[in-house]
Amino acid sequence: MSVQTIPVDAGSRARTAAAPNKRRDEGRAGWGLATPFLIFYVLFLIGPTIYGIIMSFFNSSLQHAGLGGFAGPDNYTQALTSSDFWQSMWHTVLFTLMTTPPLVAVSLMLAIFTDRLARGRWFFRLVFFAPYVVPSAAMALIWTWLYTPQIGLWDKWLTAVGISSPPNWLADPSWAMASVALATVWWTLGFNFVLYLAGLQEIPRELYEAAAVDGGSRWQQLRRITIPLLNRTTALVLVLQIIASLKIFDQIFLMTAGGPNYATRPLLEYVYDIGFTDFRTGYAAAASMLYFLVILAVSLVWFVASRRQQKGA
Amino acid sequence: MVMGTDGPGFSRRSLLRGAGLVGLGGLLSGCGSALAAGVAGTAPPGNTLSYWNLLGGGDGLRMQAMEQAYQKQHPKIALSSVVLAWGNPYYTKVSLATLGQRPPDVAISHLTRASILAQAGLLEPLNKSELAPYGLTGGNFTPAAWDMAHTNGTLYAIPLDTHPLVMYYNTDICKKAGLLGKDGRLKNLDDPAALTDALTAAKKVTGAYGGVISINSDTATQWRFFSSLYYQLGGSVLADDGRKIVLDEAKAEKVLSFIQNLVKQGLIPTSVDYPGAITTFATGKAGFYFEGDWEITTFQTTKTPFSMTAFPNVFGGRYAVQADSHSFVLPKDPRRTDAMRQKIFVFIRSLLGQSGTWAQGGHIPAWLPFQKSAAYDKLNPASNYKQVANYVRYDERAWYSGSGSDFENIMGFAIGAVSAGQMAPAAAIADMKSRLAQYANTPSPV
Repeated sequence: MSVQTIPVDAGSRARTAAAPNKRRDEGRAGWGLATPFLIFYVLFLIGPTIYGIIMSFFNSSLQHAGLGGFAGPDNYTQALTSSDFWQSMWHTVLFTLMTTPPLVAVSLMLAIFTDRLARGRWFFRLVFFAPYVVPSAAMALIWTWLYTPQIGLWDKWLTAVGISSPPNWLADPSWAMASVALATVWWTLGFNFVLYLAGLQEIPRELYEAAAVDGGSRWQQLRRITIPLLNRTTALVLVLQIIASLKIFDQIFLMTAGGPNYATRPLLEYVYDIGFTDFRTGYAAAASMLYFLVILAVSLVWFVASRRQQKGA
Repeated sequence: MVMGTDGPGFSRRSLLRGAGLVGLGGLLSGCGSALAAGVAGTAPPGNTLSYWNLLGGGDGLRMQAMEQAYQKQHPKIALSSVVLAWGNPYYTKVSLATLGQRPPDVAISHLTRASILAQAGLLEPLNKSELAPYGLTGGNFTPAAWDMAHTNGTLYAIPLDTHPLVMYYNTDICKKAGLLGKDGRLKNLDDPAALTDALTAAKKVTGAYGGVISINSDTATQWRFFSSLYYQLGGSVLADDGRKIVLDEAKAEKVLSFIQNLVKQGLIPTSVDYPGAITTFATGKAGFYFEGDWEITTFQTTKTPFSMTAFPNVFGGRYAVQADSHSFVLPKDPRRTDAMRQKIFVFIRSLLGQSGTWAQGGHIPAWLPFQKSAAYDKLNPASNYKQVANYVRYDERAWYSGSGSDFENIMGFAIGAVSAGQMAPAAAIADMKSRLAQYANTPSPV
């Protein structure tokens, strides 16, 4: 994500000035090439988003055509005063808090480990990235088996090492979220890992050589060279991870169905429930818009931070 | 389509342009006539009948066999049957297809959901004089199901079956536990103490559990078990089409305490999901299993020595057990002709005529000519509990109730917390009431 300034030499500037027609042609070709994508973008993203914003002010229903009666800000007031809305919003934030730090820290550690290997690097790259390509349904199935009380592998292993009464992973309200978070770390680690690996490869080797000549220890090299030079990668990994974690739906829906007794239901499942189970699409749209604001806020923080970082650099 | 050189007057660009057009054309015309018809807004060609259902597993296979038999009798009609995953996604599709004026000609719906679709105006009312020539009259159906097929006094659905909660029991374990009479039939368990004692005796034999009920991620089963007991006490949860919550706390607490007691005595596992519960029963780690009648074929496949019987009348009031029914509905279609309606009724009548096939899946067929036949009596254990069909209780009507609804989720989650030993009955009841109140106070979106 580094922005490079390309020096514009006088010659090329002269050439563009000399051929304005060609430039216009290129512009037209650019639009032409982008059109198929833009059509899809407008049809399936911008259009529905605008429709969603409009719908959030109406009592739209899944069982009736059209927008339904005008509701004004009622849907928003209802969401903001609903304990279920806030409870599920908290679950989404909690999941993000539980998964983001390990997904950033562990993937960094594994990337550094793999980067330093002299041999067999491909093997570890494959091993750490492989879970990421597993579909969420398969991952949920595997981990539900692992977590199965008494006959699941976790319980077998823990009993083998002397922990006689392991927690009731997915069925205990105080463990369910942590259990899904653990499964998610295993599952999505590979993506951050690859980003970090790419970041590591961009660090010039000479810096380490110079540090070694100056007598810097491995630990000092890591602290003074590797981590500072990975700052940009870390910023990117962090924001992508936060947004990915905020989008939590699949794993929880498949592994706990939001239970036990709603203890893990994330905001997106709340939206799904009120929209598709309760037919209240207008209200669901309002809840999604509030959720969209949260994601927008996170993105803005990142945007400002990365601007500042660029100015500082 | 690899070309080494561009032919004269045939540039690469024009080739690509041509290929693109061909591709686009292929997309519109080649992907099946249904899509083309959908895009063009025309009716599907010729003599077709489209039928949507949500039947998977063994039910799906039996339904396919029934469809094939229909097809053999009516070779000129092209039956296009679409199987969709059960639950809310299915009903969402039925609603949206109907609103988008592209509904199937006939669809399967649970009776509790048909009532919601009917209230939303998405189903076509059925005229009794129009149905009579096909024998589709009230007298030929289970009265309770026929009654539930009406919404606000109008018939909207034709019932196919009733699928109540039933009690599965392992015959070997029950024999060893001394629970079978001389005739090989299970003793009467119509009493809280009798059921608890039976579970205790079975637990002694299995060395693990007495019975098993699915809990984790499964609100429906918890609701089925609780509500059956609660209804036996004469309780109701919803009134006035869901605008009022009439949950009787004393009755609910009595049922939840009974469940809590089973948990405390270690008679049922406190953490088990749907497949886990099946495994527990199939491998003989529990003598009893409480679930809807549809798992019959599962245990026939696993060769578990088992039988089935009506869910016991534990609390001894007027007999009641939770159930729902599959039924046929006609989603509203302004283009549907009388001839089409007749074709649909012939189809429905043909499937009902094959109730013998359908009943093998454990469901009590709604079609009385078969339900009262000797052939059905011979279907064992599938006909062991046929007498309950008229004593079943469907979820009380509300826009948020019915199979797969948030009503069942709210109740099931709170009951599950008691079954898992995580919550006291009083706290669970408070939870139910506060969550249900939000729904009761929300104007119906239907």
